[in-house]
Amino acid sequence: MSPQLAAYATSTGEAFQFWVLGTVAVIGALSTVFMKKAVHSALSLAGTMIVLAVFYLANGAYFLGIVQIVVYTGAIMMLFLFVVMLVGVTAADSLQETIKGQRWLAVLCGVGFGVLLLAGIANASLKNFAGTGQANANGNVEGLAALIFTKYVFAFEITGALLITAAVGAMVLTHRERTERPKTQREQSEQRVRDGKHLPPLPAPGVYARHNAVDIAGLLPDGTPSELTVSKTLRDRGQVRDVSAEALGDLKALEQRSEERLERTPVEPAHFKRSEEASK
Amino acid sequence: MNPVYYLYLAALLFTIGATGVLIRRNAIVVFMCIELMLNACNLAFVVFSRMHGNLDGQIIAFFTMVVAAAEVVVGLAIIVSLFRTRHSASVDDASLMKL
Amino acid sequence: MNAENLIALLIAAPLLGAAVLLVGGRRLDAAGHWIGTILSTTSFVFGVILFADLLGRNADDRTLMQHLYTWVPVAGFQADVTFRLDQLSMTFVLLITGVGSLIHLYSVGYMEHDERRRRFFGYLNLFLAAMLLLVLADNYLLLYVGWEGVGLASYLLIGFWQHKPSAATAAKKAFLVNRVGDMGLSIAIMLMFTTFGTFAFGPVLSHVTDASEGRLTAIGLLLLLAACGKSAQVPLQSWLGDAMEGPTPVSALIHAATMVTAGVYLIVRSGAIFNAAPDAQLVVTVVGAVTLLFGAIVGCAKDDIKKALAGSTMSQIGYMVLAAGLGPIGYVFAIMHLVTHGFFKAGLFLGAGSVMHGMNDEVDMRKFGGLRKYMPVTFITFGLGYLAIIGFPGLSGFFSKDKIIEAAFAKGGTEGWILGTCALVGAAITAFYMTRVMLMTFFGEKRWQPDEHGHEPHPHESPKVMTIPMIVLAIGSVFAGGFFSIGDRFLHWLEPITGHSEGDSPISAGVVTGATMVCLVIGVGIAYLQYGRRPVPAVAPRGSLLTRAARRDLLQDDFNHVVLVRGGEHLTRSLVYVDHTLVDGVVNGTAAGFGGLSGRLRKLQNGYARSYAVSMFGGAALLVAATLLMRAV
Repeated sequence: MSPQLAAYATSTGEAFQFWVLGTVAVIGALSTVFMKKAVHSALSLAGTMIVLAVFYLANGAYFLGIVQIVVYTGAIMMLFLFVVMLVGVTAADSLQETIKGQRWLAVLCGVGFGVLLLAGIANASLKNFAGTGQANANGNVEGLAALIFTKYVFAFEITGALLITAAVGAMVLTHRERTERPKTQREQSEQRVRDGKHLPPLPAPGVYARHNAVDIAGLLPDGTPSELTVSKTLRDRGQVRDVSAEALGDLKALEQRSEERLERTPVEPAHFKRSEEASK
Repeated sequence: MNPVYYLYLAALLFTIGATGVLIRRNAIVVFMCIELMLNACNLAFVVFSRMHGNLDGQIIAFFTMVVAAAEVVVGLAIIVSLFRTRHSASVDDASLMKL
Repeated sequence: MNAENLIALLIAAPLLGAAVLLVGGRRLDAAGHWIGTILSTTSFVFGVILFADLLGRNADDRTLMQHLYTWVPVAGFQADVTFRLDQLSMTFVLLITGVGSLIHLYSVGYMEHDERRRRFFGYLNLFLAAMLLLVLADNYLLLYVGWEGVGLASYLLIGFWQHKPSAATAAKKAFLVNRVGDMGLSIAIMLMFTTFGTFAFGPVLSHVTDASEGRLTAIGLLLLLAACGKSAQVPLQSWLGDAMEGPTPVSALIHAATMVTAGVYLIVRSGAIFNAAPDAQLVVTVVGAVTLLFGAIVGCAKDDIKKALAGSTMSQIGYMVLAAGLGPIGYVFAIMHLVTHGFFKAGLFLGAGSVMHGMNDEVDMRKFGGLRKYMPVTFITFGLGYLAIIGFPGLSGFFSKDKIIEAAFAKGGTEGWILGTCALVGAAITAFYMTRVMLMTFFGEKRWQPDEHGHEPHPHESPKVMTIPMIVLAIGSVFAGGFFSIGDRFLHWLEPITGHSEGDSPISAGVVTGATMVCLVIGVGIAYLQYGRRPVPAVAPRGSLLTRAARRDLLQDDFNHVVLVRGGEHLTRSLVYVDHTLVDGVVNGTAAGFGGLSGRLRKLQNGYARSYAVSMFGGAALLVAATLLMRAV
């Protein structure tokens, strides 16, 4: 097999790999778009990116494949997840569309664009694949380094400046300058009294209950759960478990079991009736 | 198999990402979709590199990654500050520029 | 001092009076009327001096020009303030200032109890000044200024008692109807300018032959329209009767010396144009003939003494316009009748004012009767005016009217016969209605009743300041005609300006005079039988259809209402409809279209970043498509 032909027609193994992993990549992409929860989307995207890393490797871009895993999947996606944790209190997005016609237009444009793009690629006579064997002869990383520090050195320097600017920009955007003296603890407590808020520490979850997990509200003496005992984040997510009815159900089951064990029969109301008649 | 299929896959991923940008309202997911589009482009560049037998395509993909990293940093910072002021990460809530 | 330099003073004197009286304010209340009278008399004195100067010159050298300044010094559009005093202007100047001054004097007594007398005299002076400017102007543009000034002054004077709605309405009506004529004059002047490149009398009238006859006919008809407006000729006659709402001296001034004579002056002054446009001339004679009968018939039916006299004025001006339309045969007689009419009509109006003065401002002749015993001076002067107007032999009207009837016959052909007959019939009707006025006012039994407050009028003679002008005018009424006619003095005086030709009368002058006398006797006889022999009913009988129509001014207002007002209303309504539906429809439709379009486009700008992203994405898709297409091609 000549080198050109090798470049032109890939090996069967690569073909198999492409079809399997390509399917995974498309499913991951679709999941990214259609998953309700941002965390799921992020995980799907990470999967797609790993698949793409494999494809980079398969295409002779060894450096990029590693960078894709380390930088993208390792750093950027973690940054995403971090922000999701920070922001995503509303756990699940509603996929209900609010802008009239937006979804149809988006799908129409998407399909149209995709078809055009695919048609364009199919139309272009891309028969001649040189392959990267020649280019990677001295090692992929060395080749890239040679280009970066010669031909693309200016762009490279500028991306450095861009990264610094981005870092500073992110800090500026997220940093809040304090323009007034922070309140002392005394002032904060006085403010709380003035506002009529809850003064003592909040009650702990799981009190008077069989569970003491943080997502189970403590029960008040009358058996109703108290919202105050659960953290606000859990409440907002709707992840509070109500066990007040469970305790009563358990009690009932216990009584029944003990009655069965002691072979007691329930008190017959008719029996009392008869004795009443006898006393008469 | 012809490596041109990689290009089809890239086009497909790009289209999915673009549609996702248009459909989703959660700013973070929108951002993820943008990343998906960038990655699709990167794949195309890498395949172009293979097609032409030189490393310039990989260099461009590399620069794209750098720029994407910078963009993610700034973009997420914007989302965070937006969430702080509006208590929402929905892009539709930031619609004050209408009449 | 050259005589030319006096011409401006003719106008300046009354103009100064108007300015002083109107600007001076209340402190002049006590002396205002005398200031006005003296300044108007001053003007008359200047007029007499100039007249003497003219008489001392040769007949061919009697045109004086005074150039004051260049009004519009634009190349190709030269308008000068130049005055022209020739025999025609001189005649008018003497009439205006002479009769005007007498009316001023009379007004001193008549308006004695009016607290706005000073203002009244200011307006009178303004009236004189405007009229003098009209007759002294050397070009049509300056004449137009005077023309409009007369319109303004007449508006102010007719509506002088503006607290009466009827007076205010009458003033407005006079002004509006006059505007129609004024428009004719302004268009005529524009046409003249485009035709001759100037509007000075000299160049225009001497180059008449340069223009086509059609153009001249158009100018002539427009000038006639202007004359109809000012001189109350059919069809613009309707304002004259209502103008009686003004104080009686105003009526005298309008009817005798100023205003209504302006139309006749305009036609005679533009004689050269009319001579070259026979069609226009024919229309002028027709208008004159129709108006003389129209006015006479209206005059027969009116019970209001002033309105009867107003009908008479219309009729007499009709004679003048008829004469002016006859061309060189009639110009001189038109002016002569104008002058004699100025005397006797002023006298008649002042007499009527004197009667009203004595009868608590009553104007209904059915409530007069037998007044000759109570106001003898008024009776005699009014009677002399009456005899003059009906053309009693030897008095002024006899000479002037007889000449016009002769001239009408002298027109020749069928036209001559028709016009002459009209003039003859008019003479008979004139005799009838004037006799009626005379009999109802001064003869018979007294018919006045106490008014609702129980005040019975006590007829009394007017004060000297009022009777003296009446006496002077009566003398004029008696002798002016004879003085003018004997030896054809007036003819020779005016001939250099207007030209004269005898025409070819189918019947001799003697026959015409005889026919006129017969008509006179018939008219007087019928009137005597109807109003002298029988007692006059205090309430007007229903009368024939013609009488009732004549009482309503021969339905002129109804005609105007139906044709002009209704028509105008319908026209404007349909125009408004067209405006609302078509014009506004297009405009509003365009606006609504753009509004709706932008409303829809605005929805694209919903502020959602995702919507904008869709647009961008769609645009990108189109770009890809375009690129592929370009490659495919």
